[in-house]
Amino acid sequence: MSSSLEKADDPTKLRRVVIDPVSRVEGHGKVTILLDEAGKVHQVRLHIVEFRGFERFIQGRPYWEVPVMVQRLCGICPVSHHLCASKALDLVVGARRLTETAEKVRRLMHYGQMLQSHALHFFHLASPDLLFGFGSDLAKRNIVGVAAAFPELAKQGIMLRKYGQEVIRITAGKRVHGTGAIPGGVNKQVTAAERDELLAPLPQVLEWARGAVKLVADLHLSHRAEYDRFGTVPSSFLSLVGEGGKLDLYDGTLRARDHAGQILFDGVDPQDYRSQIEENVRSWSYMKFPFIGSLGPDVGWYRVGPLARIQNCDFIDTPLAEEARQQFRAAFAVPENGLVHAPLAYHWARIIELLHSAEVIERLLHDDALLGDELLAKGPRAKSGVGIIEAPRGTLIHHYEVNDQDLVTECNLIVSTTHNNQAMNETIREVARQYLDGKEPTEGLLNHVEVAIRAYDPCLSCATHALGKMPLTLEFVDPSGALVERLVRDGESL
Amino acid sequence: MAGAEKPMFAMDGNDVPFEPGQTILQAALAAGRYVPHLCFHPEFKPHGSCKLCTVKINGRTVASCTTLAKQGDEVESETPEIQDLRRNLVQFLFVEGNHFCPSCEKSGSCMLQAVAYDLGVMAEHFSPFFPSRPIDASHPDVLLDFNRCILCELCIRASAEVDGKNVFALSGRGAKKHLIVNAESGRLADTRLAVEDKAMDVCPVGVILRKRRGFQVPIGERKYDQHPIREVAVGKATARHASGKPSPQGPSKEGA
Repeated sequence: MSSSLEKADDPTKLRRVVIDPVSRVEGHGKVTILLDEAGKVHQVRLHIVEFRGFERFIQGRPYWEVPVMVQRLCGICPVSHHLCASKALDLVVGARRLTETAEKVRRLMHYGQMLQSHALHFFHLASPDLLFGFGSDLAKRNIVGVAAAFPELAKQGIMLRKYGQEVIRITAGKRVHGTGAIPGGVNKQVTAAERDELLAPLPQVLEWARGAVKLVADLHLSHRAEYDRFGTVPSSFLSLVGEGGKLDLYDGTLRARDHAGQILFDGVDPQDYRSQIEENVRSWSYMKFPFIGSLGPDVGWYRVGPLARIQNCDFIDTPLAEEARQQFRAAFAVPENGLVHAPLAYHWARIIELLHSAEVIERLLHDDALLGDELLAKGPRAKSGVGIIEAPRGTLIHHYEVNDQDLVTECNLIVSTTHNNQAMNETIREVARQYLDGKEPTEGLLNHVEVAIRAYDPCLSCATHALGKMPLTLEFVDPSGALVERLVRDGESL
Repeated sequence: MAGAEKPMFAMDGNDVPFEPGQTILQAALAAGRYVPHLCFHPEFKPHGSCKLCTVKINGRTVASCTTLAKQGDEVESETPEIQDLRRNLVQFLFVEGNHFCPSCEKSGSCMLQAVAYDLGVMAEHFSPFFPSRPIDASHPDVLLDFNRCILCELCIRASAEVDGKNVFALSGRGAKKHLIVNAESGRLADTRLAVEDKAMDVCPVGVILRKRRGFQVPIGERKYDQHPIREVAVGKATARHASGKPSPQGPSKEGA
């Protein structure tokens, strides 16, 4: 768990290569790489340079606005923020247990979100790298190139995502930024006609999802030597785990394993997240650095997301995804409790979850309780609530304090990408060691850095790369700080 | 029989009949012709403050809510010139307050939002003032979000004329004019406002809200989600929910 490339001994004598903005972080992120004259890498950092301020401007607002307001954090996973805030505020309005219908409608919404987001990431954003190669022809390395070379695959990606969006529309009212969940339950009943509308395409969705698992497994296994090593750094893993240790993306308790797979903590109630997770800040990024308190800030960083979840759980309670999980473990031949650390294995784990989501949606649609009309629960008021949900990109934590006048007085959000902050930094340092050391950086080589970031599917994802227009600026600065050369890629050429 | 024929004026080339004593706006709405308005409410005396119902009569611009209809008037309402003027007035209202529709509970049943859609307002156009207007959450059942106030004075009129309580008033002048509550402490909790009051249900925007029931009516099933304001205002649309389903806890009074 080395951090040796976090800070160069004497940065003034080094030249600086900047990837700005990194595509795929929604909003703005950049990577800086410091090289000496021989091209040896001395420092690599992923900086998140934007500041959103949601934690602050939610203060003073009435609590019932919050689930609707916070989803504006993101255009890709708004449902996760919407549901996570609702879960936290369920506790404030005293709904410690939702009605059966409300819980099932929310789960349906959440797994629809999981399915669409994972499909978007794999097919639109990641597949160009995986299908064509990390340093392949830039003109083709995008979704348009995929559509030309693999039209059926591109269509499946689009249709899978569309299906997830339809699930969201029916449960939340709109495909993006709906209002289905409210503190204490949901505001919208699912009708039998809506259920049937979602059931009809499901066999096809399941078949495509199974095909995607096979594709991602084949891709990994056919590039085994490179994929297993690419940016690989060992780390701890954190996720929610459901009842009996099953994979549960909507609710559960916190479990963490160390890099060897040993349990660090388990069964931690979301309300007590602060007993295990601490956060600190660094001067060069607006993103906080969370860590497991018992391990300390230096080595306590961990990873969240599909790779964490698939390995943290003891089993998956849907048959096709469980079979895929077993195949994943068998392929890596990991011993009991052992862990796969390769960042590129995130893709495989993500698609297993996509299949799982389709299976859960099927199960929920066959459950009559989904169509019930008891939508709201309430109980004695509480002053605070913590909601934790497994968003597509990992563990999402929303914590609110609400006063007697119904106004939010404090808000703490730890989003998935924040958990993976140090992990992404460590991964790109490793990629820099493996691919950049001693070489003249080219677009193809620098894309390796982005491929590594992309594996984590950071929530600031933007579509620029997918459309082949990833803006990229390279600045070569001599030791005195003067600009020697500046290369700008506008999506057409470098 | 000739004496029984109603007097008429012409609006945008169409005959509009009226009863003596009716204003242009009242007669137009009764005849099914929409004229955009915000501070007008059929149950209250016309006020003439928002000026959104401005029309041109025989070449003069006047507020149609306070101008009596006269036989033979030539009224211009939906002309490009008048619509541009109305669009600007709505844009002024948006930039003078803090109107964030995406997270506003009143979205979908807000008259300001509905009128803006009707007029085709695509952007604020002017620089927002971003005024600092702290909300008043002191009342156990009512929240006041002054950020959205458009100074229509309907709550003031309802509280004074119907409820007999004088809970609300305006204070300050010009751009600093703002809504206040009549209590020495300045807090709503120290007034006699009750949730049953008429003043609770006349706000055209999202200032006066019942607490703890936000977003219980889904977006998409609200008043102006169902029917455009130009149909609602002339009584052509009455159904609240297209689905026919009641909202989770009975019908909402929001935006009623």
